[in-house]
Amino acid sequence: MTALAANDVSLSWYEASARQRIDALVDAGSFAEFIGPEMREISPHLAIFDLPEQFDDGIVIGRGRLDGSPVLVAAQEGRFMGGAFGEVHGAKLTGILRAARALKQDMVILFDTGGVRLQEANAGELAIAEIMRAVVEARRAGVNVVGLIGGRAGCYGGGSLIAGTCSRLIISEQGRLSVSGPEVIETNKGIEEFDSRDRALVWRTMGGKHRYLFGGADIFVDDEVLAFRQAAIDALKVRRRWDPAVLKAEQKRLERRLQRFGEAKDAVEIWQTLGLDAPTEIPALPTDAFLRAAGKRENADDAR
Amino acid sequence: MTRDEILASLFPNSSEIDVTGAMIAGQATLPDGKPIHVLGITQGQNLGVDEAIVLAGHVIEIIKSEDTSPILVLVDSASQRMSRRDELLGLSEYLSHLAKALLLAEAEGHRTVGLLYGGSAAGAFIATALATGTLVALPDAHPAVMDLPSMARVTKLPIEVLKAKAEATPVFAPGLDNMVRTGGIHIVWDETAPLASQLAAVLARPAGQDDRARLGAERGGRLKAAEIADRVVALATASHQGAQHG
Amino acid sequence: MEKLSFRLTATRSAGGTRAQAIVGVVASGNLEVLLERASPADTCTIDIATAAHGFGAVWDAVVRDFVARRSAGGLRISINDGGARPDTVALRLAQGIRKIEEPER
Repeated sequence: MTALAANDVSLSWYEASARQRIDALVDAGSFAEFIGPEMREISPHLAIFDLPEQFDDGIVIGRGRLDGSPVLVAAQEGRFMGGAFGEVHGAKLTGILRAARALKQDMVILFDTGGVRLQEANAGELAIAEIMRAVVEARRAGVNVVGLIGGRAGCYGGGSLIAGTCSRLIISEQGRLSVSGPEVIETNKGIEEFDSRDRALVWRTMGGKHRYLFGGADIFVDDEVLAFRQAAIDALKVRRRWDPAVLKAEQKRLERRLQRFGEAKDAVEIWQTLGLDAPTEIPALPTDAFLRAAGKRENADDAR
Repeated sequence: MTRDEILASLFPNSSEIDVTGAMIAGQATLPDGKPIHVLGITQGQNLGVDEAIVLAGHVIEIIKSEDTSPILVLVDSASQRMSRRDELLGLSEYLSHLAKALLLAEAEGHRTVGLLYGGSAAGAFIATALATGTLVALPDAHPAVMDLPSMARVTKLPIEVLKAKAEATPVFAPGLDNMVRTGGIHIVWDETAPLASQLAAVLARPAGQDDRARLGAERGGRLKAAEIADRVVALATASHQGAQHG
Repeated sequence: MEKLSFRLTATRSAGGTRAQAIVGVVASGNLEVLLERASPADTCTIDIATAAHGFGAVWDAVVRDFVARRSAGGLRISINDGGARPDTVALRLAQGIRKIEEPER
């Protein structure tokens, strides 16, 4: 039995598929899928729009081991329909979260999503609500739910709200966490409000570095599957409670953020207020230097 | 019905509700004399970081207090505020925080009832109405994930084509009836009858598990979600037992 | 969507013991290929759902070439295609065979 041996191949998390990410994340050979592609549980709604289906509806769920400990896993495939939540996709995540609560087993969610799938928008929206309730009920029962964000579709829309219910969030520079996407803001408010083609603006407003710097995410990692694996192992070592005291601490944390940064026009101003040296240099820093520079970041340690 | 007509019909005895812009918060008395907390976002307001933190603060105050009175959440909102500032400040955390506060209140023994009487869309709908234990609506309510013109733009389909498809399925198009059929809304109240007794009937239901997917299946609007979620729980449980014994 | 089905005679059957394998994702210019051991050892069936209409002759050539050159006997292959080019299809089919023949851990 070599369960502790992980896949040691270097691979970009951003570039990897959902199945590649799971293979690299959990202990080698430990993953067992639930409702796999051979079950052909495809979306019943895409045919109405004459759109191609995928046998797993864009999400892989199952159980595995992480550094020897049992863990439940869900991974979204951001390249299929932008990783969006439809009825089946969402129900698979709801189900495994309910199992996490019933079995008292920790859970990791590999986010890669643009939000709700418009072709089944009502079912997707309700799935988000059901998933959030399932996360909260699992956490209340003492289960850790850790979210990993670094995929090509980012973590947008309802996906970002689910992320906000997790006990810990691990993010890479490439990970974007935001409710409305750049194009949506531009379409609704105009290019003066948000120029979606200004990639630097997108990254410093929604990207992993900014989210990490003010406590929107807890652990910052390289865009590397093994970095995500190690961070997930570390995040699951600490049992995170969730009760009224934690919620109250989060209220204080988020109120304080509005007081400190509510007038800021740009992320650089926020980093300046945080007291970081050379805030304009932050986007260009490699991970090591960034983590050194991030010493004065705000954290959400007992307030998430 | 307007907000004030609704409040009058709900609480003919007494209510003390503060109105701060589009946000409301206060207490009222039920026909049986027991108190109920009342919160809300009204006037078709966008839900941004500033509104979400205020609402969540009220919910947390209620959780901290010793009583286990129910909470009624009135909703007539737009979508989440789509702005650079809100996203810069981490809107997703604020919306999640509000939803978590409502979900925790229900879990801590406060019945939470959402009353959708106007619009609500996307992230604002998820963080308010859909985070309550039981969501009811008035006939004028018009929930949406996205309006059809925007949907037409994103899917690159003519709006006439979308309207035709919406006749065949409740699964994607906006509107109250579709949200009822997919199980998101428990019941649509009769606005010609007193709302107080209809609220009392909802509060008399025992608090329970999330039954929205089951409702969606019964109503024919969401046939697969409940079955899939149940099957995953069964598979995970069987697999867990197998792993323990193997 | 256009549906195509092929049932071809294979001279060599697929090696390995895995019951199934899946490669690729459904996206523009990409496809997923699900392979299952479900056909008689001398037969390979291939069912395709494709977003690109009117390419039956191209699919016919690609899958016949695949079955002639690879050990595909005994496999039931199911494809969801987002409009991939023939070389991408051939690549995914070859990856699928490699994956189902991988030793089990």
